[in-house]
Amino acid sequence: MAEKAENIEAELTEEKELENLVQFLSFTLGDEEYGVDILRVQEIRSWEPVSRIPNVPSYEKGVVNLRGAIVPIIDLRERFGLGHVEYSPLTVVVVLQTLTELGQTRTMGVVVDSVSDVIDVDKKTIQDAPNFGTKVSTEFINGLASVKDRMVMLLDVEKLLKIDTLDDEDENI
Amino acid sequence: MSIDMAQFHQVFFEESFEGLDIMETGLLNLDMGDVDAEDINTIFRAAHSIKGGSGTFGFTAVSDFTHVMETLLDEMRDGRRQVTQPAVDVLLGSVDCLKEMLTAIQDEQEVDVASVAEYKKALEVELNGSESEEAVTDESSDVSAIESNTVNTGEKKWRIAFSPHTDLLKTGNDPVRMFRELGSLGELTITVDFQGVPDFYDLDPEECHLSWNLELVGDVSESDINDIFDWVEDECDMAIQLISDPVENNNSSTTEEQAIEVAPPKEVKTESTNNASPTNVAKPTKKTAQKPAAKTSSSIRVDTGKIDTLINMVGELVITQSMLSLVGEQFEMNKLDQLKNGLSQLERHTRELQESVMNIRMLPISFVFSRFPRLVHDLSSKLDKKIELVMVGEHTEVDKTVVELLSDPLVHLVRNSLDHGIEMPADRLAAGKSETGTITLEAYHRGGNIVIEVKDDGKGLNKEVLRAKAIEKGLIDENTNLTDKQTYELIFMAGFSTAEKLTDVSGRGVGMDVVRRNIQSLGGNIEIISELGKGSTIAIHLPLTLAIMDGQSIAVGDERFIIPLGSIIESINIKESMINRVAGRGETFRLRDEYLPIVRMHEIFDVKTVQATKLTDGLVVVVDGQGMRCGLFIDDLLGQQQVVIKSLEANYRKVEGVSGATILGDGSVALILDIPGLVRLSNQ
Repeated sequence: MAEKAENIEAELTEEKELENLVQFLSFTLGDEEYGVDILRVQEIRSWEPVSRIPNVPSYEKGVVNLRGAIVPIIDLRERFGLGHVEYSPLTVVVVLQTLTELGQTRTMGVVVDSVSDVIDVDKKTIQDAPNFGTKVSTEFINGLASVKDRMVMLLDVEKLLKIDTLDDEDENI
Repeated sequence: MSIDMAQFHQVFFEESFEGLDIMETGLLNLDMGDVDAEDINTIFRAAHSIKGGSGTFGFTAVSDFTHVMETLLDEMRDGRRQVTQPAVDVLLGSVDCLKEMLTAIQDEQEVDVASVAEYKKALEVELNGSESEEAVTDESSDVSAIESNTVNTGEKKWRIAFSPHTDLLKTGNDPVRMFRELGSLGELTITVDFQGVPDFYDLDPEECHLSWNLELVGDVSESDINDIFDWVEDECDMAIQLISDPVENNNSSTTEEQAIEVAPPKEVKTESTNNASPTNVAKPTKKTAQKPAAKTSSSIRVDTGKIDTLINMVGELVITQSMLSLVGEQFEMNKLDQLKNGLSQLERHTRELQESVMNIRMLPISFVFSRFPRLVHDLSSKLDKKIELVMVGEHTEVDKTVVELLSDPLVHLVRNSLDHGIEMPADRLAAGKSETGTITLEAYHRGGNIVIEVKDDGKGLNKEVLRAKAIEKGLIDENTNLTDKQTYELIFMAGFSTAEKLTDVSGRGVGMDVVRRNIQSLGGNIEIISELGKGSTIAIHLPLTLAIMDGQSIAVGDERFIIPLGSIIESINIKESMINRVAGRGETFRLRDEYLPIVRMHEIFDVKTVQATKLTDGLVVVVDGQGMRCGLFIDDLLGQQQVVIKSLEANYRKVEGVSGATILGDGSVALILDIPGLVRLSNQ
């Protein structure tokens, strides 16, 4: 009996812990490691040539045909000002999804160097993004997590996917 | 047995709105003096179905109202009443009123009881006009009692003998349901008469052999009871008898009640819109009514013939598919011909299937046109003008989306023609024209486009006035030289109106710019042809469908773009002698007698891999975008193909110079060029 009770207790605490756990997909850009909420990830694809869109910032690589939908591809390295690398067959596109205020889903692909892992992060251990002043833009960073002594920057997918609409508004003015 | 009636509401509303359209058209077509009984019959039938339907679904306000209309129509049908213009006008007003009621119910909003009561009263006045004064008040008191179940005018006792024919049940009518409904009106006592029931051996369980005696006590009018038995009228013997009517309503109290009845709804209305500012109390109701409408318009009625074709096509497709898979299972080189055959069949079927599917979305333009007879009728009498409306090509089919988005711009154009175009009868006579003006609405196909023309034989546009007005408003400079076409296009500028005084019909100078924007958002364009004193024609060119179009794929460097085939005029190789350089960096070339600007695609789209940089090396495609012609300088023409238009904005955003994207045969994405946008871009 006592054993059983212990078991149940253990399960309960485990569940409690699980409640606090969030899973992130981590990937690298140069030496830096980033993470996105795994529930936002639709799929991971290899890089394939895109159709270029004229007169847009260079980090907006273009659009691809994703099973009939036209999906923009954004280079995160360039977006974050980490320089450009030649794309290789190992270059990975992470397709992210978000819900807009209008209830529609928006899909976007981001080019990253490589996908590393799925990490479990305890919500409580997530640190706020440090403020670097204006030098480094931290607007897309939700927080920092530490996984096996590595620092992972957790990205805010909503903001990330919104950037192009914001740009759009700016351009129209 | 209880069915959720709500699932049928949508169908009821659609049918009712159709019925209302039929009534409206019928009423407008009525020729005073020589009335065709069949016309009245059509109107009557439409009213009857609306009444029946609304009764079934429990929209008593609607069924009561329609009942009064029906009575009036019934008398006209039987020849007991003359068809007069005032009567028709009242009926037309009632149709509007019904439309409002139904829209309100559909949007789950308060029905504007006050205006309903007003129309109802007008109907009753018309209905009872010839009868004695006493009868009028009596009747209206009766109806006002129906209106308000809250006002207790006294308990009446009715005896109803109801003996249905044996096949009543087979028509799907259920006496129990009717009794339940009766029970909701007042206190109901039912006695069943078993006498008609045959021996057990002779009994057919699907027949009804019972008859009933019902006693109903309550504040109920005969028409209420009749309404319930409306559907079984022809399938039963029925007698309704008023046994006691204890309160003889005196007229003064009734009118008082009516006054009370009319007052509260106004309060309700202002309350429901109290979050809006008090100045636009009337507006919000309109707004809210429009908003949900867009949501509910997601269904479409399709001709069964179209569905049948579709099913046939799918059948063919399945056969081809099984044939191909058979070939594929054991393929040998000698079966190559068979394979090629199958593939070409597959191609044909796919194309046909595509056409039939697109066909489903097609609606005749009469959906838009049908509202105009009414509009012209109302406005011309309001403006004291004599106008005849001619409609040509109502059966031209257009995409559903186009139909929906086209109606507002067209209404605007027709109103404009009515108000500004056609002159007053006296002026027309003075100008040597017939007293009656003509407005022609015409729709026809031309190429891959549908053209809709609004033509009037009025005074036409006066170029001098337009020009003077534009200068006065500071829209153009005094020294600007304008071509005729450019002058006419001034009316599309925001804030431009030549009407000397504002009317509530038009003249505020907002509108034409909105019309043009709407048309452009549909991928179309609009042009004006006008002759002073003879009239003007406004032509709208629209793509047939918004989802698929014919495109010409072109190459610029190693990139592919699609130009809508409809906007291409020609493609030419230009010679050095045709090119003129204009101060700065602009380039033009002479095409016959016209100088056209050259838009270098690789420059404005920043294509780095371009092959031809010298104008004579590449090709120039002459395109027309909303009246602006220019030459697009490209590397090569590739091929024509049908392209499925995909939105760039769904996941991305709008890109200047690009109207959308499409997926090519090899799976890659090509951008569809937006010609007017390109011209704008090149001017920057």
